[in-house]
Amino acid sequence: MIQEFFHLLSGWSSLDTAIAGSAALTAMSCALPGAWLVLRKHSMMGDALSHSALPGVVLAFLVAVGMRQAGWISSGQQDALLQMFLFAGAVLVGVGTAWLTEWVQRLGRLESGASLGVVFTAVFALGLLLIRLDVDDVHIDVDCVLFGIIEMAALDTIPGTSIPEPVLVNGAIFVLNLLLTVLFYKELTLAAFDPALATSLGIPARGIHYGLMAITAMTVVAAFTTVGSILVIGLLIIPSATALMFSERLMVVLGLSVGIAALSAVLGHALTLTLPRMIFSRLGYPTIEDAGTAGMMSVTAGMLFVIALVFAPKHGIVSKLIHRFRLGLKIAGDDLLGLLFRIEEQTAARPTDVSVPDLVAKQNGINRWVMSLSVRSLLRGDFITRQASGELSLTDRGRESAKSLVRAHRLWEAYMAKHFELPDDHLHETAHRVEHFIDDAIQDRLQSELKSPSKDPHGKSIPRRSDT
Amino acid sequence: MTVAYHRRPVIWDVDYDTPAGELIAIVGPNGAGKSTLIKAALDLVPKVSGDVRVFGQPYEDQRERVAYVPQRTSVDWDFPVSALDVVTMGLYGKIGWFRPVTRKWRKAAREALDRVGLADFAKRQISQLSGGQQQRVFLARALVQEADLYLMDEPFAGVDAATERAILQVLRDLRSTGKTALVVHHDLQTVADYFDHVLMLNMRLVASGPTAEVFTEENLRRTYGGRLALLDQVGTRLAEGQ
Amino acid sequence: MATRVVGVLLVLMGVGSLVPRNVEAARRSGVGVRVSSISLSSLRHPNVETGHPHILAIQQNNTVSPSLVSRLSRVLSLRDYNTRVVLLGTTILGITAGIVGTFMLLRKRALVGDVVGHSALPGIAIAFLVMEGLSPGTGKWLPGLLLGAFAFGLAGAVTVMLIDKFSRIKADAAMAMTLSVFYGLGAALFTIVQRVPGGNAAGLKTYLNGKTASLVADDVWLFVGIATVVLVLAMLFMKELTILCFDEQFAAAEGWPVFWLDTLLIGLVVTVTIVGMQSVGLILVVATLIIPPASARFWTDDIRLMTLGAGLVGGMSSFFGTVISALFPRMAAGAVIVLTGASLFALSLLFGSKRGVLVHAWQQRKLRHDVGRVDLLRACFELVEHAVSDPIPTHEEMMDHEILLGDLVSMRAWDLSTLRRLVAVAEKDGLMQHTGDDNWRLTETGAEEARRIARNHRLWEMYLMQYAHIAPSHVDRDADLIEHVLDPELIAELEYQLDHPEEAVPVSSHATTGSSSG
Repeated sequence: MIQEFFHLLSGWSSLDTAIAGSAALTAMSCALPGAWLVLRKHSMMGDALSHSALPGVVLAFLVAVGMRQAGWISSGQQDALLQMFLFAGAVLVGVGTAWLTEWVQRLGRLESGASLGVVFTAVFALGLLLIRLDVDDVHIDVDCVLFGIIEMAALDTIPGTSIPEPVLVNGAIFVLNLLLTVLFYKELTLAAFDPALATSLGIPARGIHYGLMAITAMTVVAAFTTVGSILVIGLLIIPSATALMFSERLMVVLGLSVGIAALSAVLGHALTLTLPRMIFSRLGYPTIEDAGTAGMMSVTAGMLFVIALVFAPKHGIVSKLIHRFRLGLKIAGDDLLGLLFRIEEQTAARPTDVSVPDLVAKQNGINRWVMSLSVRSLLRGDFITRQASGELSLTDRGRESAKSLVRAHRLWEAYMAKHFELPDDHLHETAHRVEHFIDDAIQDRLQSELKSPSKDPHGKSIPRRSDT
Repeated sequence: MTVAYHRRPVIWDVDYDTPAGELIAIVGPNGAGKSTLIKAALDLVPKVSGDVRVFGQPYEDQRERVAYVPQRTSVDWDFPVSALDVVTMGLYGKIGWFRPVTRKWRKAAREALDRVGLADFAKRQISQLSGGQQQRVFLARALVQEADLYLMDEPFAGVDAATERAILQVLRDLRSTGKTALVVHHDLQTVADYFDHVLMLNMRLVASGPTAEVFTEENLRRTYGGRLALLDQVGTRLAEGQ
Repeated sequence: MATRVVGVLLVLMGVGSLVPRNVEAARRSGVGVRVSSISLSSLRHPNVETGHPHILAIQQNNTVSPSLVSRLSRVLSLRDYNTRVVLLGTTILGITAGIVGTFMLLRKRALVGDVVGHSALPGIAIAFLVMEGLSPGTGKWLPGLLLGAFAFGLAGAVTVMLIDKFSRIKADAAMAMTLSVFYGLGAALFTIVQRVPGGNAAGLKTYLNGKTASLVADDVWLFVGIATVVLVLAMLFMKELTILCFDEQFAAAEGWPVFWLDTLLIGLVVTVTIVGMQSVGLILVVATLIIPPASARFWTDDIRLMTLGAGLVGGMSSFFGTVISALFPRMAAGAVIVLTGASLFALSLLFGSKRGVLVHAWQQRKLRHDVGRVDLLRACFELVEHAVSDPIPTHEEMMDHEILLGDLVSMRAWDLSTLRRLVAVAEKDGLMQHTGDDNWRLTETGAEEARRIARNHRLWEMYLMQYAHIAPSHVDRDADLIEHVLDPELIAELEYQLDHPEEAVPVSSHATTGSSSG
């Protein structure tokens, strides 16, 4: 399988490098404004902007072509101007969409999602009509479509060099976005985290909002070249959402987003060349050679997110499960230690029944398997020892630990009894639940507040801390 | 001033001159308009009528002399920033556009964190702070602004004893350096101990003045004696009518 | 030429990189891109007039078409069996989407439809591949394709909910992510579908892309069946869904099975979205869910009427959209349906009787007018009050007294021109009559009104002072606004609380001359 993967990859050509490079720069340029969208909880604004850019693009075409037809500019100038018009059109329509959304939301007293949905679909539909009415028109010289398909665009090199054109355009956008992020880092952060404070400090939160919308629209249009209007949403949002699973530091999140974006692009293209053939040749379709890079980029980014969702060190599902398992193990061990201590206390006969762990497990609803794991770890940690006959008893170390637990338990019971009108038999349950979480510091505070009690509400003595 | 929320008046005709250099409590039942009063003073909600003057001038000209401590629920605590970052945000206005956050500013923020007893938590992500610690981060953020007037929205709500002590200490330090603090407060037990002045609110100003004189049982009864049904009803009609 | 057009469309529609090697070859040889490679782009372009891809459509457009009038009469008279079928199909879909969308809008999950629509794409491709794999030639069986789309649309919606619930990623990002990943998978699969030998993918799109014109009677009956089931379910669970949308926690506390209701709602939405895609295409389908209820909201505050209104708007936009696009061959039906809906939304936003912008503006105007009248009459009352010896002027004294604008102007902070305007309005309303240069008198109604206004106003002031303990110097502030909301019921309440006798006008509690009231 893996061999096959690398075998298929060995066909990697300079065209593939150009494609992957263009794709990576596109993804990186999207990652930065996208991260701010995610942080501001405006992700769907990315959806709206990428859809609504359509009429902007069509208008730019119409203007450029119209100007040439009117004889104001030459064909060569038209190509040069078009890129500018494209950006201008995108910014215009993007900011317009954002403004219209806000306006409809305010005037119509609609929820933001709804007003977004109304506005961007209408703008997009308008774009569709414009395309069909005019751009379809045979008079338009669509050679000015500098943004060809990525595979096509990657062939369009800058005259005199072998650098593909999208590398230049998207690279420039990436640098611009990086520069803006660095320059306005403080303001962007503040406006995203607490717009009210931003306003009260004299930082125009609204201005920042519209600025971000303009930049996003521009980035989206530049990215059309490689990924088209829907998949660009993925490039905007997924890298930073993935980064958020890994880190809690803003700088790191931003940096990681860019890295993840580049990785999704390159990996996406690699998978395009390999995965479809590997799957479909097995399904009996040997003619399937590859799939579209743009789609695979998005899927790859999604896969990376799922991996982060599951395996991220702190917020990942696995890490949460492990944490919960460890806690369960600790509670099982604590319960065993506590019972051994209480048995010692009552009978003074050190060795105990062989079946104690089972008993504890049964009483507290602990999985037997967890219990036996916990016994093993207590034995290893020298908290308990096992007699030749199989009976368990506390070591000195285990006794200290158990004492602290029982102390926490009984102090808590005393505290509860003082402040709550609860029948005595209800005290045990909550104390049993919280005893694992009451550390020395809280024990001390409980003790001083209760004026160093010696007995708990049931009349059992509260063990003293050995070091006091 | 009269303040309306969704066009519905929630506070009527509050007219109050804050004495400078004092700690002032704003008390009143739920829905009395305490938070709204503060937000209106900061231009965060529209006013129907009236104006707010800070040290004799319109608020817009005096922004940097006013610091606001919002309720904890007003922001997303999952945001990927540390306690120190949040405190530094209070300085962004002063630092200005394009200028980076230099060591000098971070030092000021660290000192503010120290004042609220959170020096050891500077690098913690904010969601990993307890409620009380989050509240203290907000307080520190207001402190770095070195304002003259502090508006605080329920800083004591749901905090632990350590935080309560820390906030109180900070308030007293502020007073001793001649600053004014207007604090929305919900705990009637501690009003007399903590504050010099009190503003008693229930949709309208019931009473105001030095705590010793104003914070009486009679005034409390009037403040907490239920909403004025007619005031409420007329307010609703006004909202519908507009 | 064709190459270039295809290039633009492909890129715009996000399927730019469908056929890398093909394009390369095309560039070298200078021939057009194979037509098969545009199928996806036309998926997004519902194309009413033909069953052909765009390129062919362009050429067709150059042929002579029948005159607009004859086309109009043909479409509107429903002479064509085909036109009837298509109109029926799209209209039913529009109505259903509008009704189901109402609940999504009220649940504040309006954009879920967008996720569902985009997520359905891989489902269609996979359903095709599976059916084609099982038995070649059956890949385009509509119910099978719908089932695949339904499964993936549902998966998309569920993914959003799961990410929202079990990770630190918020719902908005979860939606954007899910939408683009599923769509990306669909785009990748479609390039493959097109290259499956024997899999006539070019025909596949005619089922998928919302080509309304190619709907056949069987399809429409299928839609009608599905729509009926959806509508019956929505009506049956109207009450429960309403409670769910309004207050989920309350519904849970009341013992409603919130989880299952939510599942039902999502199921309905996914169904409507998948079927609705047939008429407008998968990008725009969300519009058919949002626009109708959002428009209806401007006309009513009642959820039942809103549901009906949404159905109406949805049906109307689909009907007229289809008709218009049938008249103008180059107008894609999906886009026209959405734009018709958007126009209805704009009209509702402006003219809506409950929340419309104009109604609101008109109310504001009326309010200003009322306030001006109240202010004027009260000033008149106070003027007369000062002039006569008796503390409270009688009705006759009110009518007899000559009011000079020069005196009146000093009563308030208004200037003479404002006052003249107010007086002119009052004259038109029959409240005052002109007796000389700047001399006026109150009419019978005017005097009555002035007395009533002054009385209400003073009762309110007394209430404020007595119960709200507001200082006398402050009570006058907003009283003119309050004046016009004090209806008889409230006045009665005031009289009761103040223990004030009926009819009598109380003496003002503060100085009434000059512009003290500001």
